[in-house]
Amino acid sequence: MTAEFAEYTTGEPVVDTKAPGGPVGERWDTRRFEAKLVNPANRRKHTVIVVGTGLAGGSAGATLAEQGYHVVQFCYQDSPRRAHSIAAQGGINAAKNYRNDGDSIHRLFYDTVKGGDFRARESNVHRLAQISVEIIDQCVAQGVPFAREYGGLLDTRSFGGVQVSRTFYARGQTGQQLLLGAYQALSRQIAAGNIEMHPRTEMLDLIVVDGRARGIVARDLITGKIDTYYADAVVLASGGYGNVFYLSTNAMNSNATAIWRAHRRGAYFANPCFTQIHPTCIPRTGEHQSKLTLMSESLRNDGRIWVPKAKGDNRPANEIPEAERDYYLERIYPSFGNLVPRDIASRAAKNVCDEGRGVGPGGQGVYLDFADAIGRMGRGAVEAKYGNLFDMYQRITDEDPYEVPMRIYPAVHYTMGGLWVDYDLQTTVPGLFAIGEANFSDHGANRLGASALMQGLADGYFVLPSTINDYLARNPHHEKVDDEHPVVQEVLADTEDRLRLLLAVDGDRTPDSFHRELGELMWEFCGMARTDSGLRKALERIPQIREEFWRRIKVPGTGEEFNQSLEKANRIVDYLELAELMCLDALHRDESCGGHFREESQTPDGEAERRDEEFSYAAAWEFTETGEAPVLHKEDLVFEYVHPTQRSYA
Amino acid sequence: MKLTLRVWRQRNADADGAMSTYEVDDISADMSFLEMLDTLNEELILKGEDPVAFDHDCREGICGACSLVINGDAHGPERTTSCQLHMRSFEDGDTIDIEPWRASAFPVVKDLVVDRSAFDRIIQAGGYVTAPTGAAPEAHATPVPKPDADFAFEHAECIGCGACVAACPNGAAMLFTSAKINHLNVLPQGAPERETRVLDMVAQMDEEGFGGCTLAGECATACPKGIPLVSITGMNKEWLRATRKAGKR
Amino acid sequence: MTRTMWDSSVGKKTVMAASGLIMLGYLVVHMLGNLKIFFGSDEFNHYAHWLRTIGEPFLHYEWALWIIRVVLVAAVVAHAVSAYQLSRRDIRARPTKYVHKKPRASYATRTMRWGGIILGLFIVWHILDLTTGTVHPGGFQHGHPYQNVIDTFSTWYGNVIYIVAMLALGLHVRHGFWSAAQTLGVGSRTRDRAFKTIANVLALVLTAGFIAVPVGVMTGVVS
Repeated sequence: MTAEFAEYTTGEPVVDTKAPGGPVGERWDTRRFEAKLVNPANRRKHTVIVVGTGLAGGSAGATLAEQGYHVVQFCYQDSPRRAHSIAAQGGINAAKNYRNDGDSIHRLFYDTVKGGDFRARESNVHRLAQISVEIIDQCVAQGVPFAREYGGLLDTRSFGGVQVSRTFYARGQTGQQLLLGAYQALSRQIAAGNIEMHPRTEMLDLIVVDGRARGIVARDLITGKIDTYYADAVVLASGGYGNVFYLSTNAMNSNATAIWRAHRRGAYFANPCFTQIHPTCIPRTGEHQSKLTLMSESLRNDGRIWVPKAKGDNRPANEIPEAERDYYLERIYPSFGNLVPRDIASRAAKNVCDEGRGVGPGGQGVYLDFADAIGRMGRGAVEAKYGNLFDMYQRITDEDPYEVPMRIYPAVHYTMGGLWVDYDLQTTVPGLFAIGEANFSDHGANRLGASALMQGLADGYFVLPSTINDYLARNPHHEKVDDEHPVVQEVLADTEDRLRLLLAVDGDRTPDSFHRELGELMWEFCGMARTDSGLRKALERIPQIREEFWRRIKVPGTGEEFNQSLEKANRIVDYLELAELMCLDALHRDESCGGHFREESQTPDGEAERRDEEFSYAAAWEFTETGEAPVLHKEDLVFEYVHPTQRSYA
Repeated sequence: MKLTLRVWRQRNADADGAMSTYEVDDISADMSFLEMLDTLNEELILKGEDPVAFDHDCREGICGACSLVINGDAHGPERTTSCQLHMRSFEDGDTIDIEPWRASAFPVVKDLVVDRSAFDRIIQAGGYVTAPTGAAPEAHATPVPKPDADFAFEHAECIGCGACVAACPNGAAMLFTSAKINHLNVLPQGAPERETRVLDMVAQMDEEGFGGCTLAGECATACPKGIPLVSITGMNKEWLRATRKAGKR
Repeated sequence: MTRTMWDSSVGKKTVMAASGLIMLGYLVVHMLGNLKIFFGSDEFNHYAHWLRTIGEPFLHYEWALWIIRVVLVAAVVAHAVSAYQLSRRDIRARPTKYVHKKPRASYATRTMRWGGIILGLFIVWHILDLTTGTVHPGGFQHGHPYQNVIDTFSTWYGNVIYIVAMLALGLHVRHGFWSAAQTLGVGSRTRDRAFKTIANVLALVLTAGFIAVPVGVMTGVVS
């Protein structure tokens, strides 16, 4: 079985034809100038479908509607305001240089390319850095209540090991505030009749006619009715796929169905193995755990991370004397200490736990200790700085972090991979665009803190609304597609059959039991550290789980009603295929880079070792058949401005 | 621990509903309330019964999807969201009543799931600043005094869960509506639409069939984000001011 | 503007607050006037007569009183009609009760609605008893309010009705005054304690002041 899927073939390279040449700082202007425009009077005649209402989807829908397009928008939540962007805590980066601390567009560009471990496209990242400044202006104009200083100007902080202070924030709820800004802009357009909003409606497939994306199939989650929606272009803003791992910091219903179905219909999937594991999450407490909660990375500024020196030391933390504690990050990385980047901190925690020195139930945790900080700054100062996080921790764990050290453990947080897109954010299916976390574009192999919000809003407010014009202008009059079209009939039948089959199996295992099993497998073999043999094991096991799934799944109820089990089961169908591609991508990328750590490829002191000569490319996979080997298309990455170097934090 | 659950079951919006009783065992104190319901649902599915439908998504207290009335309290006995409530707040042998939000503006969709689209329509009526993309001035062009920015933030924290409506004896949406009005009206960016915003949002709130305010204070007690009751006072003030100004025009 | 006021739930609440404050102001004066009964029949009856001559010679005899009566009736009607309409809306907005009952749930709402109804009925009785004399026990005499008051409070039911109504008034004012401040938008976090204190003092003083009269009659201090 393994052999079959792993025997991928390599096809033609995939090339981004849209990014103009010339100096990197001028490319975005050039592209906007070269792009064709749609006459404002004609825009109303064009329909654009947007799937998702997070930072990317919400901002794109609002902006396209403002421009005059007819937008049809979907979200599975009961309201567009609940998209998971809302849970982002830390902040949003922008190269405003308000602090006069040496920041610039070029520095943000440089930091992002380097932080991504040289696996992102320079043109895209530079554009992101340029747009970052406009995002802050836009959000302030919308009334986003960013933190301010006494003079009334915006406050910033430094974040994620960057040396400048460029992160704008709204306490620990930056994502919420930015999302509500986009949601309010969206609401204005809904009220104006420019957006037809479909909440509680989930995209289940993509309609591609004559090689162009022309619509989607979606299910009304309340009535269960499956419907078709047509458009001149389709935009996917459906987020990442971290829930493949079952336990992640994603929302329970975040899912990969939209992008996976698009992939099955011809959109290449790029770098699926690039997943980010966040080092500071609250550890799981038992089998019942349904999701993981992130604790802001800022805690590492003052907390010290340690485990007992001895294996299986079960004494309470406060009874372990100083001499018997191992502050392993400070020991291994003396210059950066507890502030090493996310991937390194995560891996180190895994290593000490693997050695049997983990703490808490199941030994899957390390201490994050504030005793020193409280001693140095006083309890009041710690409370002022981290009070809300401490409260949240106490609510979840019932332990008082002022008295006993916090326990933390890494968890899946973000996926850098996603649908392959060109400079215009268009996938390999003409007329299908992917924005935000759903695409693969800007973060390379590792995303820097406070950059996800920046990318989602850059794509939605500024990039897509400029580039989609070009596509719509060049493809003005499509022939009309309706439900009678044979392609539509086929897509509809596919979807209906799939749901019918899920309901018909009537086996003896719940959807969650399969999801949990898949998640554990992925966490073990395609998580923080990956090996050739482990990945092969996973590739052998996934088809078996899939086969068992279709034999033993039990979904109660019918398809013609509100049926959360059916929703869940249908999402797992796609996870069971996507997981296989993630493992294959991780197996084929025989190097370590960013969040992707292959044990075979490390420096003598255990650090990630990139192999640029062989792997300086984005891996874009083309779907063939379920369980059959995909085709790999490489997009070569050229670095003209930021020259690849090995990261070192020792 | 072992618990008896009495859960509101209702097949769909048109069907009649009733409380059904279930027993759950082996509930750990570390479970969240929703994980306890997950456990019940796993058992129901295997028994071939319809699992209990409930809204939930982020499970970290910020998306506002979860919406359970637990023992008569919106979001249960602690001041937090249903998803952040943990089973250690209950004791072995307890009987727990779980009901949906009750308000005619929030019709039941199924079991514990209600339709809160009325909230979206209140926002659509004016809960925004008209600032089309690209039209924004430089962010530092207009300084905002820190106390105003903090005031705006405190009200912007609302997660739109609807606990205020569920807790209100009159099914009023005053706290929700006032939170957004206070957030935007205090900011210079929100000033040009200050009057129309409050008038239109209050009108829409009435239109949706929410009740009026008798200042019972239940909303502010139930609010997981601590939006204060004086938020409503602030909205009333804005409304009267806008009405006066509209009368002069 | 009038339409906006009356059509909106917030506007109607404003009408309630304003009419409530008018009545409250009247009650304070009324209560103070009542206390004159402790200075004997001459002074009390003289005071009652003076009420009819306020504003003379600019106003005709009793005109001022009628103006006050018209304003009060308008306030009572506006207060009652908006209360009725708002209550109807509130009940429609929450038709289904929770199965799990919470005792604390709606103290303010309940006491305001029932208290309002009790006070409405009381006002009708009070006017029929001591203004028109229609239901007055033992021969109502125009121009002799002192004796009329003593007659009323010489019956057990007169005392009961009056004292119950005044207790209801205290509760109503206690929540009502503070509510009016919120409705009119003058409440704030910093002023909240002040408004609550004023409300409590008003409620206490009004109730005590009004109840002093029947107590005085019962104990023979006034006879």
